[in-house]
This record gives sequence, C-alpha cells and structure tokens, in this order.
Amino acid sequence: MNENKVSIRKKLYNFYEKDVYTSRLIIMLLAVLISMLILRPGKFFTFVNFQTMVAQFPEFGLMSLGIMMCMITGGIDLSVVGIANLASISSAIMLKAMVAADGSLAWYGILVSILCGIVIGLLAGVLNGILVAKIHIPPILATLGSYELFSGIAIVLTKGKAISGLPMEYSSVISGKLFGIIPVQLIIFVIMAAVLSFLLTRTTFGPRIYMLGTNMKAAEFSGLNTSGLLIKTYALSGICAALGGLVMLANYNSARADYGAVYTLQCVLIVVLGGVNPDGGKGRISGVVFSILVLQMLSSGLNMFPQISNFYKPLIWGGVLLLAMTLNYFSENRGRSK
Amino acid sequence: MEKKMKKLLSKHEFYISLVIVLLCAMIEIRSGQFFTPNNLVDLGSALIVPGLFAIGAFMVIVSGGIDVSFPALASLSVYTTTRILTDIDYKGGILLPIVMVLAFGALLGAFNGFFIAKLKLPTMIITLGTSSVFKGIMQGVLNSTQIPNIPEGMKKFGNDALFVALNKESGLTSKMPIAFLILIVAIGLAYFVLRYTMFGRALFAIGGNESSAYRAGFNVERTKFILYVVVGAVSSLAGLIRVCMMGQCHPTNMLGMEMMIIAGVVLGGVAITGGDGTLTGCMLGTILIVMVQNSLILLGIPTYWQGFFLGTLIIVGTGISAMQVLRNSKRLVRKKSEEESS
Repeated sequence: MNENKVSIRKKLYNFYEKDVYTSRLIIMLLAVLISMLILRPGKFFTFVNFQTMVAQFPEFGLMSLGIMMCMITGGIDLSVVGIANLASISSAIMLKAMVAADGSLAWYGILVSILCGIVIGLLAGVLNGILVAKIHIPPILATLGSYELFSGIAIVLTKGKAISGLPMEYSSVISGKLFGIIPVQLIIFVIMAAVLSFLLTRTTFGPRIYMLGTNMKAAEFSGLNTSGLLIKTYALSGICAALGGLVMLANYNSARADYGAVYTLQCVLIVVLGGVNPDGGKGRISGVVFSILVLQMLSSGLNMFPQISNFYKPLIWGGVLLLAMTLNYFSENRGRSK
Repeated sequence: MEKKMKKLLSKHEFYISLVIVLLCAMIEIRSGQFFTPNNLVDLGSALIVPGLFAIGAFMVIVSGGIDVSFPALASLSVYTTTRILTDIDYKGGILLPIVMVLAFGALLGAFNGFFIAKLKLPTMIITLGTSSVFKGIMQGVLNSTQIPNIPEGMKKFGNDALFVALNKESGLTSKMPIAFLILIVAIGLAYFVLRYTMFGRALFAIGGNESSAYRAGFNVERTKFILYVVVGAVSSLAGLIRVCMMGQCHPTNMLGMEMMIIAGVVLGGVAITGGDGTLTGCMLGTILIVMVQNSLILLGIPTYWQGFFLGTLIIVGTGISAMQVLRNSKRLVRKKSEEESS
C-alpha cells in the first residue's frame, strides 16, 4: 500500500521533471479553476462564460502562435499588433468599398476582404523576414521598427479615427457559432494551431527551424537555406497576426490603429510562460496553448471581482512574467549542474 | 588631407549630421521658420528630456541590452515623489525633489538590475515585464491621478529661464529652461565616465563580448547592476524635469516614449548588438528624432504621418548600421584569410 503511494508520487515527479513547463501550467490552471470554484462558483462555471472565453482568446492567441514561431528561431516578432491592426483596417476598408448601393454585401465580399487581410499580413511578415534575414537587423529592433511603420500606415489610412459602420454580415460570420455552440473564432484558432503543429512536427520545416534557433551558424554550415527559412517563419507569423486582426475586427465590429496595444506584452508573456526559450530552439504548441488558456481564465476570473481594478492587470501580467522567467532560470540551472 | 577625408566619410556621425543639415534646409525652405531664434530655442528645450533618456538608453545598449522600461520607471518614481511632496505641502526648493526622485529611480533600477545582472535573464523581456509591473503599481496600487498643482519649488524650477529668445518678425518668445544645464552637465559626466573610468570601459567590454570581459577581469555582475541603478536614476531625473516643465504631473503621459528614444540612439550609429557607439552619435540621433517630431508641422505634413516617418527612420537607420556591421565582419574575415594565405 505504502509502496504504491510512493510510486505514484515518483511517477508524478518524473512527469513533472520531464516537462516542467507544461506541468507547471497544468498546476496553475488547476489553481485558477479551484480558486474560482471556491470564490465564484455560480458565475465562473457557466456555459456562457466558457463560450465567451473561447471567443475572446483567439485574438491574442493567434498572435502568440506567431511570436512562438519566431521565438523558436531565436528571434521575436513584436510587430504582431501592428500587423493585426493594419490587416483589420485594410479588410474594413475593403468591406466598406464592396457594399452595394442598396446596402447589401455580395456573397464573395467577405471572402475577398478576409483574403485581403491575410495577404497584407503575409506581405508584412515577409518584410519583417527580409529585414531580419537579409539585412541582418536584430529581430527585436526590426520588428519594433516595423511595428511603428505598420501602425503608422494604419494611422495614415484611417487618419487616426476608428472605422465603423461595417456591414453586419462580416461580424455575424466570424463571431457566429457553428451548430449554435462552437464560436467560429475558436475554430480559426484551432485550425491555425493544428497547421502550425503539423508544420513543426510532421514536416522537415519544423526540425529545420528548431535547428536554426539552436545554432544559426551550424544550421548555415549544414546547408540549410537560413534566410529562406527565416522569411517563411516571419511570413507565417504575419499571417497568424492578420487572422488575429480579422477576429478583432469581428469582435469589435470596428477597426482602429491603436486597438489591442496591450497585447504585445501579453503575447510575449504567454509564449515565455509556455516554455518557449527566448534564445531559440525550444518550445511546443501545447505549452503555448496551455498558457493561453491559463491567462484567459485568470483574466476572465479577475473580471468577476469588481473590487480589483483593471489597472492591476499589468502588475499581475508583469509579475507572472518575471516569476516565470525566474523559475525557468532556476530549473534550467539545476539541469545544468546535474 | 585625403586620409582625413576618408576617415570622416567612414564615420556614422558624418552621415547623420548630413541628414540633419538637409532636413534643416528643407524645413527652412518650406516654411522660412526654422532658423528663427525661438524655433531653435524650442527645439533645445524639447531636447532636454529625450536627451537625458537617451543617455541612459545609450549606456544600456552599449552594454549589449535593450531597456524598454525607463519611461514606466520614470513615471512611477516621479509620480511617487510629486504625490508625497504635494501631500505634505512641501514649500522648499528643487533640491529635495531631485534627491527623492534619484533615490526612487535608483531603487527601481536596482529591481531591474537584480533580474538582469544577478539572474542573467534577457534584458528586453525582463524590462518588458518590469515596465508592466511599474505601470501596475502606479495605476493600480497607488491609484494614480493627474496632479494639477505641483509644489511651488518644482514649478519655479521648470519655469525659470536661462535666457529668452525673441522672434523679431512674429514677436513670439521662447524660454530656454534652466534644466538645459542639467542636460549639458549629464552629457559631460557621461562622456567622462564612459571614456575615462573603469566602469565605462567595462560597459563597452561587456557589450563587445561578455565572457571575454569576464575573463579579462571585469566584474560583469556588479557593473551591470550599477548600470541599471544609474539608468534608473537618470531616467527618473528626466521625468522630474518633464513634470516641472509642464507644471503638472500626468502619470501616463511619458509611457510609450521608449521606442522613439531607442530609435534615436540606434540612428546615431550605436551598434544594437552592443560594444560600439559614441555619445556624439547618440545625441545627433536624438536631435534628428526630436526634429522630425517637432517640425513635421512646419513642413505642412499632418501629424498623423509621424508614426510612419518614425518607423521608416528606425528601419532605415538600424538597417544601415546592421549592414555596416555585416560588411566590417566580412572585411575582417577576408583580411584574415589573406593573411593566412600569404
């Protein structure tokens, strides 16, 4: 009996040791769920609340996936919010332009404007990739600069105002629900996560970018087309960000150059918390998805306490980020000394 | 003479000065308002705060890191100082506020330094986190609001003029605040420290190659820690000057300046990877950014183009310096292989 207990504990410990990041996230997830169960059972554990949550997180979840891809190569993409806004603004302009005189939208209108957003995201990502791979600007600076540039263009396009009065068809498609239950935003997120997961684990692209992130020089000398790979990675990140922007457009039913400005930090936090190493070469989709879920639950949970003002959120995000980094530091150093 | 020319042409500062001169000429031709005494004095006084921030950002970048937390750090320490002094109805001069803000800044800088120097975590991500924490403390815990009436002593310091410039044609006057002296003193000090002290040389060595610096006997951990304490203090001082000059404390109004400052430093030819760069270049870059911000209106360009121009400037500026680094390293490799073959 006693022996059995020990072995379970040992098994759990082994599991924890094997994948520290994911286990830590599962513990955090459970902690949030349990504390909500004690403090706000009637409000938190409702079907509607969960439906709202899964409709909310794809906005920044998609952007986090993009940042994750770049971080695996040892870079970072800080321009995701800029790309998202630029994509949503150009789609919004497209949508408005295609409304017929009688106020109706042709069936292909939604498709064309979504495509337009994705193409903008792709182009923006390719620009980032060229800046990083061909001109060799450090990714942090290249994408910070292009963030200014993309949101600058977005401001010029809108003259700093919000674009609203969009045809209702668009947002009713994207923020609609499949079979009346599953929010379409969630489906977009799941598809993108599945595509990236497929790319990372089932194609040669995955191992190549992991290798790129582990050692750029070694990857180059072993004959990998490093700049091509980098450009592809940043382009993928651009597409993810653009999809995030399209979801934002549907959720707010308007577009503006400064929406989602807090998402940059939040996405970096999610990715680092999800066990992706900022130096590159490490990280998995599952970790990032878990950390997205944890943050969304934490955030929705906090909203149920009116006495905690929204201004505390940056403190909590920053605190969690610092804590996660410190924990990573200690767990990595312990591994090294062994 | 030819050698001198060649040396000049290879310098980054030369090109950035050229750009500044061209921009000046363009604005002067378009508006005829650039070389008026009051516009120049306005530019000078607009340079004080970004200039001080840039000194801090410059030192961090030279040491191989990127600090994005300084506006949040400065906002928090200035807000705390102003709040305390307003609450106790402080009547004295500017000395106590300066001492207080330096102390708070150093404390918050030490917080940054702990994570970056002691735990050796990446600067950029840590400062993203700490800037969020500082913001949260200011807006959440301290429940910050605008302070419309700052203590008399601070207001007086912000309003006192070194000299007043008068535009004879339009009759407009502009004041050069006394705080400009602080900028000049700070530049002088930074120049001296970076050039003639062990601490300054250590920053360049660490930025060039951290493990080499360690092997050469520099105390990397202590140097970095002191660096972030100093940067915290300098940035907070800049924040205090800004509050004094505005005559009121607006807690969130400095946030978001970090990108512009870093852009200025990098435009001045400071290597983003660390270890290389001059204070002169850093200041020239900052002047260029301040000019773009202040003079777009004189050129007749609507202000909403600002982000676009800033982004383009950052990309072009960092692109040029990155390509230079690449070319130099290639040249080095070629030289080496030539030496080996000969």
